[in-house]
Amino acid sequence: MSSIQRQIRFESDRDPGFADEIRAMPGCELIDRCIQCATCSGVCPVSTYMELTPRRIIELTRNGFKQDVLNANTIWICTSCYECQVECPKEIGITDVMYALKTKAIQAGVEPKHLGPPVLFKEFYNMVRKTGRMSETQLAVRSFIKSNPMQMWGMKWLGLRLLKTGRFSVKLEHMPKPSVLHTALDHADRIDGRRAK
Amino acid sequence: MKYSYFPGCSLKATGRAYEESFLSLCKALDMEMEELENWNCCGATSFMSVEMGAAYALTIRNLAIAEKAGLDMVAPCGGCYGILLKADHYYKKYPTVHESAVKSLKTEGLEYKGTVRVRHPLDVLASDLPPRALRSKVKKPLKGLKVACYYGCRFVRPIAPFDDMHNPETMDLLLKTVGARIVDYTMKGKCCGGAMSGAMPNVAQEMTYLILRAAERAEADVVATACPLCQFNLEAYQDEIRAAHPDLKPIPVVYFTQLLGVALGLDATATALNRQIVPVEPILREKGILADEKKQPATAGV
Repeated sequence: MSSIQRQIRFESDRDPGFADEIRAMPGCELIDRCIQCATCSGVCPVSTYMELTPRRIIELTRNGFKQDVLNANTIWICTSCYECQVECPKEIGITDVMYALKTKAIQAGVEPKHLGPPVLFKEFYNMVRKTGRMSETQLAVRSFIKSNPMQMWGMKWLGLRLLKTGRFSVKLEHMPKPSVLHTALDHADRIDGRRAK
Repeated sequence: MKYSYFPGCSLKATGRAYEESFLSLCKALDMEMEELENWNCCGATSFMSVEMGAAYALTIRNLAIAEKAGLDMVAPCGGCYGILLKADHYYKKYPTVHESAVKSLKTEGLEYKGTVRVRHPLDVLASDLPPRALRSKVKKPLKGLKVACYYGCRFVRPIAPFDDMHNPETMDLLLKTVGARIVDYTMKGKCCGGAMSGAMPNVAQEMTYLILRAAERAEADVVATACPLCQFNLEAYQDEIRAAHPDLKPIPVVYFTQLLGVALGLDATATALNRQIVPVEPILREKGILADEKKQPATAGV
């Protein structure tokens, strides 16, 4: 906070190749249609929490300002409710752009390491790759340990309420045969820019 | 009528009441649900945020298994339903998604031709039953019960095969059929916060508060949902929300399948009302829909 930084962007901050990488991802091909009307920012239920609103994310992305968009909290706050996407008058896949940016941020290793959403996404990913299914309690505990362990204390009443109604389970769920899924996923392409194994 | 059933992970855990009430309802309406063999997690919003190619392959694997079974695929969870539809759509639209999934499926000897119809229970119950099939089975009409139907996102966004994208009303119609009164309120399609309820509780709880407050202002007795995450977010955090917003009164949040089950006179195990954190029986008794406990003979089982 104390460091003083340049507030305007220079041409040299741009990475035009980045915009092309995003355009090549499913659902993101129409970003150049954007007329900056900000319908997306207006209908977004969480834009009030965002450092950059969805409208600004689209503009910065298509102009190649990679560092700005990958470091904004916006992409982690997006709940992917698709309201922006269905309301966009130019039919741009705004939620898909958010997904594309999330994968890019994780790939570049710039995701906030203790912020709830990226921690949850990575834990979810690791769990499903391994077992083929998601186990809610285990996922919650693992995510809290890595993001905000104190939060677990605040969740004790919720745990109790679930226990009382028979909705609490600590079991690690898995597919009957997860090995087939391991092989299958290893053979999928990395369409988010990473090279296949 | 026979369908492939894709439960998804939540219906086996916190969303157990949804599976129990849905499957009992199907039984009562002669709809057969056959659980998909060796299904895997749909990937939800999280998997796709980490690795996109594998995410689509993961979802499409379920579609390929369902195609082999040759039946319509019913996915009650909003998250699963939405992502299955989207993956099917993108598999046909984007060559990158297609090629990646084909390679992945091949390792298991599977292929996906793209013929599976992904269905939601709302869609199936509203469109596949013969006319009056539901109405003729009603034993305890939900007379006088004011219901706020909450849709959230996935049934109609980004793809809406069976309802209006901007003003969905399938759930309204189903519950009206069994006698409920539907209240109109502004927040029925707004996001419940989804996975943010765990990852960013303060943000998500603010979102659910606005939805519950709107339902309350519309004088709803109960909120009906059709997705395990919506139901969980709207019901389970009411105590926490009240810490910041003391004006919020407890309001029961149930699955629409539970209400249909009650109307059809199914027993307590079938409607799974005992799984509610905010009990719904008191209001159902008050409206005379459920029999008063005291009047029941002592031997009546629960």
